[in-house]
Amino acid sequence: MSGHFEPVPGGGARVPLDEVEIAILRSLAVQLLELIGPGDEPAKGEDPLAALFRDGPSEPPSDPALARLFPDAYSNADEELRAASAEFRRFTENDLRTRKREDALAVVRNLDALAVVDGAGAVLELTRDDSRRWLGALNDLRLTIGTRLEVSDEDGGEELYRLPDSDPRKPMVMAYLWLGALQETLVETLLG
Amino acid sequence: MDRVSVAPTEIERTESAPEGFAVVEPDVPWVTIVHNDPVNLMSYVTYVFQAYFGYSKDKAHKLMLDVHHKGRAVVSSGTREEMERDVQAMHGYGLWATLSQDRNG
Repeated sequence: MSGHFEPVPGGGARVPLDEVEIAILRSLAVQLLELIGPGDEPAKGEDPLAALFRDGPSEPPSDPALARLFPDAYSNADEELRAASAEFRRFTENDLRTRKREDALAVVRNLDALAVVDGAGAVLELTRDDSRRWLGALNDLRLTIGTRLEVSDEDGGEELYRLPDSDPRKPMVMAYLWLGALQETLVETLLG
Repeated sequence: MDRVSVAPTEIERTESAPEGFAVVEPDVPWVTIVHNDPVNLMSYVTYVFQAYFGYSKDKAHKLMLDVHHKGRAVVSSGTREEMERDVQAMHGYGLWATLSQDRNG
């Protein structure tokens, strides 16, 4: 897992990926899609327009990773602010879920479109628009995994980085660090 | 300016806030606050401030450092509706943001 994004002349970014990396990225993106949940497809027989006007939830998700992806908009320091958070969530969370779902779907689609050479992997090339979607999806993945690993400022991540190979969290930490390197180098191509 | 306190239960009031400040003050602007979190990359946060707010590289970098070192930073101010839009956008980028009425401003 050593590939880094580099800028493509004329805009966009590219990164060489081997077959294992492609499989891991795809699997993580699919897991993210499952976590975010299905879209608001109208149920059979339901007026498709009704879905457009359906309110989102008013309570924050109970899953800590989802709660981090869909945080409260107000500090919730009193009853009035809690009510404001609930109302904000009702009107925005569905759109937010749609955006995050589309970012993760773009990752899956881009990976599935790769012409993989046996044993050699492939070079993934992203347009600037794709790059923005990947940036969002990579960040959502890191937020999700970071929440699961309970990454905190206090331990500076140092403890996680020095886990022995026998630790069950090791593979997730490796993925977390790898996604961080991908995201970091992808940001650089957009800032440059 | 002497004012009678109408909000004895006001919370989150800092020491610099004037006595008897009402909870809802229509003329007081709202602000978007981005909070530090241990996952988001510094370069990514800087990128978001540039891409969404159109801030210069220097301003975006300084705000990012404020978030990182002080735990939070005010990144925009305006009407409540504008700040709700900004907060929604920050959540879209995966940044942890809230809006509040700027009682110190």
